[in-house]
Amino acid sequence: MSETAAQPGRRAHEPFLQHHFAEPEQQVEAGKIGMWLFLVTEVLLFGGLFVAFGIMQTRHPEAFASAHHHLDRIMGGLNTIVLLSSSFTMVMAVAAAAANKRKQLIVFLVLTLVFAGVFLVVKYFEYSHKFHDGLLPGKYYSFQGESVPGEFMFFSFYFMMTGLHGIHVLAGMGAIGWVLRRAIRGDFSNRYYAPVDLVGLYWHLVDLIWIYLFPLLYLIQ
Amino acid sequence: MTEVITPAAPVHRGPADLHYLNEHRGLRSWLTTVDHKRIGVMYLWSVLLAFLLGGIFAMLVRLELLTPKKTIIEADAYNQAFTLHGAIMIFLFIIPAIPAALGNFVLPLLLGAKDVAFPRLNLASYYVYVIGALFALGSMLTGGVDTGWTFYTPYSTTSNTSVSMMTMAAFILGFSSIFTGVNFIATIHKLRAPGMSWHTMPLFVWGTYATAVIQVLATPVLGITLLLLLMERVWEIGIFDPRLGGDPVLFQHFFWFYSHPAVYIMILPGMAIISEVVPTFSKKTIFGYKAIAYSSVAIAFVSFLVWGHHMFTSGQSDLATAVFSFLTFLVAIPSAIKVFNWLATMYRGSLDLKAPMLYAIMFLLLFAIGGLTGIFLGTISVDVHLHDTYFVVAHFHYVMMGGTVIAFLAGLHYWWPKMFGRMYSESWARVAAALIFIGFNMTFIPQFIMGSRGMPRRYYNYLDQFQPLHGFSTFGSWVLGLGLLIVAGYLLGSLRKRCDAPGSPWGGMTLEWTTSSPPITHNFETTPVLTHGPYDYSLPGRRA
Ligand SMILES: [Cu+2]
Repeated sequence: MSETAAQPGRRAHEPFLQHHFAEPEQQVEAGKIGMWLFLVTEVLLFGGLFVAFGIMQTRHPEAFASAHHHLDRIMGGLNTIVLLSSSFTMVMAVAAAAANKRKQLIVFLVLTLVFAGVFLVVKYFEYSHKFHDGLLPGKYYSFQGESVPGEFMFFSFYFMMTGLHGIHVLAGMGAIGWVLRRAIRGDFSNRYYAPVDLVGLYWHLVDLIWIYLFPLLYLIQ
Repeated sequence: MTEVITPAAPVHRGPADLHYLNEHRGLRSWLTTVDHKRIGVMYLWSVLLAFLLGGIFAMLVRLELLTPKKTIIEADAYNQAFTLHGAIMIFLFIIPAIPAALGNFVLPLLLGAKDVAFPRLNLASYYVYVIGALFALGSMLTGGVDTGWTFYTPYSTTSNTSVSMMTMAAFILGFSSIFTGVNFIATIHKLRAPGMSWHTMPLFVWGTYATAVIQVLATPVLGITLLLLLMERVWEIGIFDPRLGGDPVLFQHFFWFYSHPAVYIMILPGMAIISEVVPTFSKKTIFGYKAIAYSSVAIAFVSFLVWGHHMFTSGQSDLATAVFSFLTFLVAIPSAIKVFNWLATMYRGSLDLKAPMLYAIMFLLLFAIGGLTGIFLGTISVDVHLHDTYFVVAHFHYVMMGGTVIAFLAGLHYWWPKMFGRMYSESWARVAAALIFIGFNMTFIPQFIMGSRGMPRRYYNYLDQFQPLHGFSTFGSWVLGLGLLIVAGYLLGSLRKRCDAPGSPWGGMTLEWTTSSPPITHNFETTPVLTHGPYDYSLPGRRA
């Protein structure tokens, strides 16, 4: 009873508090639980691919070892650095939001977006090189040079894993763009910046998946 | 998202007053609603439609099996009929039926909350469900599927029916299931009424929580499995195709890593309903609250460790087979804990045999048979003989239909007055329950017998010696179908009446009974504060 009576006045100061939550903290914590659970599903989704990759690699070790030499470690390494940097700028963005520094928040979000864009551009060059050489998945594999039978399966995984990861990068860019728009509009303050935080969590996972993909695909022997 | 807070409604309301069904009107208000109750109702009609469709395919399968050779449809059509029956019933009906339809409606009410944690995600899950259903429908209209609902490779990668689209459908429906799971876990953690601890939550909430955990942990693996299957069909990536160096049994491992836990996505919410219905109609505190609560979590945990029991005859190593067999037996322990606690709750209670309780008792009987025959199948030496026979078909129908669907009916009858504000005809409900019980056993007991004599599942033709039992099973399916039609009749018929249900028609003590039937849009006039446990029927004045 008392709560209903007290709400309208207090709620006026909390423009982003949804009606079914009693307190802003409750909303923030619920959001965090939701995001962490979502990240768990992402880990399991990629986990399935990693397991499948591991099993097929033990069945066809020569083909996988030979095929991975076609990948460009310089480009892969560069992209690893780019994504790590983007994670750093994302952390800085969250810190800026928590410190109520709107300008800094905007700058760091833009930087994160730029790094994500660079990642995709590098990936584009890698992909077009593979397309040119016919290093393609499944039945599209048409490489003419020397190779071990079964290399097509490595490229099946390469394209599925990096492709799915690429889609996640795109989705992350969309989410960062949305947060950026809200930051420019002035939605966030040190009292309310949960969306920045949550998008940050998601972005770190996208980064983390690449940290596992890079050695698995580019560096295995 | 900014929401205008509507002023609290007056405390005394007659049946004609505003509630969640009539406060806003028109199709648009439904399609854009974020009210968990309305989303639950939309889910309810959708899953019931799927149940009808899957049921029609079931009747078709049974009718075809009336005679040993062709009865009414060709072999190809028969393969499609049993595939679509399975796929529709599992992905479009059973998995969402209790969590997404009934659970969506009652979970926040049981918790004393205004809504689920993420109302818009909740609506999104419904739309994703509809899109998945449209894909399934599209698959049916563009050639159907004949692989069985399990999509086993290598047949599923070579069949020229519309497997890809059905795979997409199941993939999309998985997201809907994940959304619901994520939403429920966050809701249970953060939106319990003041004073409600983990050990004073109604047991339905525990069951839903365990279910949600499985939904979140298992469904992504199904997603990636189906994606790999799709890629195999489209790109020939080679992973499941032995010609290309792949492994078809690997598909079975992937598939059952999801689909065995999925069996508990289906049964745990059923058990959760029984845990509510039994104390309410026994007018007694639940016996062994913690045992029932934690056994749900135990079932969820063990469910991830038993998938290999589907591959006893697929060339899995002997060691793995022995380990999976042992782990499978473990599931019996938490399941039996629940059954004995329900029985102990009923013992010396003042039983009120209204429709929900009739279904709950029916559940106990049928689930016991389903569970015990599962032990036969988990036993390696026996399973080698029973694998892929009608014994398996009968076993999982006893668990899925005798268990989950009957529990769903218990829940539907229990919360129908709360959802729609109308009482249904109790005498018709009894007639229907009797027909369903008799029809169900007529349909599936013969299948146990046929299976133990070697009748393989999914066959179009069969030996003449099985005709009497197949015939009996088909007659049983008609009795069962009639019973279900009667249920549809009186429930839908009740909607034509004026609202006549009291807030608490059964004398239940959980929070959903403290608000009006149907509830107001924001569920409760004031945020409820818990003063007693969910089943404190021994409190002074409560024991009528
Ligand atoms: Cu199983």
